[in-house]
Amino acid sequence: MTTHATAQPGYPTAQPSYLVDTGSRKGLLAWLTSTDHKRVGVLYLYSMISFFFVGVGIGFLMRLVQLTPFQHLITARTYNALFTVHGVIMIFLFVIPGLPAVFGNFFLPILIGAKDVAFPRLNLASWYFFMAGAILAVLSLFTGGGAPDTGWTFYAPFSLKTGTNVSLAVFGAFILGFSSMLTGINFITTIHRLRAPGMKWFRMPLMCWALYSTSWIQLLATPILAITLVLVILERFFGIGIFDPAKGGDPLLYQHLFWIYSHPAVYIMILPAMGAITEIIPTFAKRTIFGYKAIAFSSMAIAGVGSLVWAHHMFTSGMSSLATLLFSLLTMVVAVPSAIKVFNWVSTLYKGSIDFQPPLLFALTFIFLFAIGGLTGVMQGALAINVHIHDTYFIVGHFHYVMFGGTGFAFFAALLYWFPKMSGKMYSKKAIYASWFPMFIGFNMLYFGMLILGMMGMPRRYYVHLPQFHTMHVVATVGSWFLVLGLLAFFGTLIYALFKGSKAEDNPWGGVTLEWTIPSPPPQENFETIPTITHGPYHFEQESQ
Amino acid sequence: MNEHAEHSLEHADHPGYGTFIKVWVALLILTGALVGVSHLGQTYAVWGLLTLTPLKAGLVFYFFMHLKYEGPLLKIVVLVTLGTLLIFFALLFSDVAFH
Repeated sequence: MTTHATAQPGYPTAQPSYLVDTGSRKGLLAWLTSTDHKRVGVLYLYSMISFFFVGVGIGFLMRLVQLTPFQHLITARTYNALFTVHGVIMIFLFVIPGLPAVFGNFFLPILIGAKDVAFPRLNLASWYFFMAGAILAVLSLFTGGGAPDTGWTFYAPFSLKTGTNVSLAVFGAFILGFSSMLTGINFITTIHRLRAPGMKWFRMPLMCWALYSTSWIQLLATPILAITLVLVILERFFGIGIFDPAKGGDPLLYQHLFWIYSHPAVYIMILPAMGAITEIIPTFAKRTIFGYKAIAFSSMAIAGVGSLVWAHHMFTSGMSSLATLLFSLLTMVVAVPSAIKVFNWVSTLYKGSIDFQPPLLFALTFIFLFAIGGLTGVMQGALAINVHIHDTYFIVGHFHYVMFGGTGFAFFAALLYWFPKMSGKMYSKKAIYASWFPMFIGFNMLYFGMLILGMMGMPRRYYVHLPQFHTMHVVATVGSWFLVLGLLAFFGTLIYALFKGSKAEDNPWGGVTLEWTIPSPPPQENFETIPTITHGPYHFEQESQ
Repeated sequence: MNEHAEHSLEHADHPGYGTFIKVWVALLILTGALVGVSHLGQTYAVWGLLTLTPLKAGLVFYFFMHLKYEGPLLKIVVLVTLGTLLIFFALLFSDVAFH
């Protein structure tokens, strides 16, 4: 028998919880200097949720601007800055690092039976890099020529010419890249070197496979963005002419280099989300995952093929016909491993003993919204359709279905799933259910509205809109109100639970992976003795009887 | 481990000055060839850069950075990375070469 299968909830330990300061430093200083992977994960959680709400606030304001066809609320230039900053904050400070940095840091060592990550100090340094990059990005809003107005993609040649503070913003993103790469190196080494005895590759929980494939993308693709951003800075300060067509440079080269990183980054965003969903579904279906190896390999396949599809963002940029055909084909191919995962999740639920709890509700919401996001993505992969909907609201709608409906809702599902373990407190399930309704309704009003607007021909990033688009803009804006209401209720419930919630059980969901065999909140070194593993991660006793 | 074995291992980890000087001369020759080729026209310069520069980098990796003396795992990791880079190049050229 395996240690983790036989371990009872409340795995006995003499160690204090990781929330207790036992060193010479106390309070905030103890947190800011701690190399405990769980504390680093929590530091990321608090910083990211703060940035997330700044991004939400900006998004909310942009929707308010679109409530009327002609604008008086803000200037056109401010609107340009708003959509740029909204994108930069949400993508670089929330969605890309979101799940790996928070739940990866907190749970990866526990899931593989380790006491910490391979390089704990490097791990804390990653968070400091993250904060330094974030502070520089935020500073760029208020210094120099003001907030960048290029869009989050910083496309050349406009990003080379604009008087706004692009240089500082891209330098912030450059620093953030270091955080991402160091986390990737740390996770890869941790998975290779620190697995508990008997924890073979195919006995790892699938979240670990997702984090492993994500880490490889972080490691291989991020340097390309870093170099590209340095080139933008050099171009702006010294006019080296690599992207500037006036000097013989090639702006398309910028787009290639940018998307060589930024499309795989989409998979950095979604793969850990898929990993979290793959943990949640077996727990609440009370049965083993359907197609373990198919899911594990599909994660690696998404990481591999997903790195080769970048130029589907550039079909209308003037690429060669050969390249457009090639990238269109590869884009269709990457849909296959994504679909494998969706089929496996649904098959796991089939004939399961469903225990319908808040994390499962959000996981199912993820599958529904991600399916819409994925299918609209395949539509755009088709060249003929892409030409018509390129740079319209359809793209914005699709992207938000994948990134917010996908990664965002998976983040919420993971937070609900692991919150009792992380905090030792249980939230009000009724309040969470109540918050789900406005979130779900508002989300679909807002982003499905955008899909329709895009099909009608509404271009993205326009400050004003024509009267024929007005009705759907109003629907989308009202949707944003519901969505924000739901988000406030959701996080309000969790914050309330943090201070006033009842004590959580050690295994409130009946999970069977290693984190559920240790106390809530986890002790400082996770395990009293390192467990020995003798079988796969989703071994439900009632199923095997 | 006896003294002889220790000496062999040390020798394997640290190639002699002769090897370094040969590699250095090879790098100088390749640099000279690259400069020469670049004077023949833009096409030659581009192909020269694409072939001779990786060769030079390879020599530096292999000898100066001791890749030659590493185990198979590290060599495979480097090859995978280079393979990834080559695929990126090939896909990029599917656009650039057919503009």
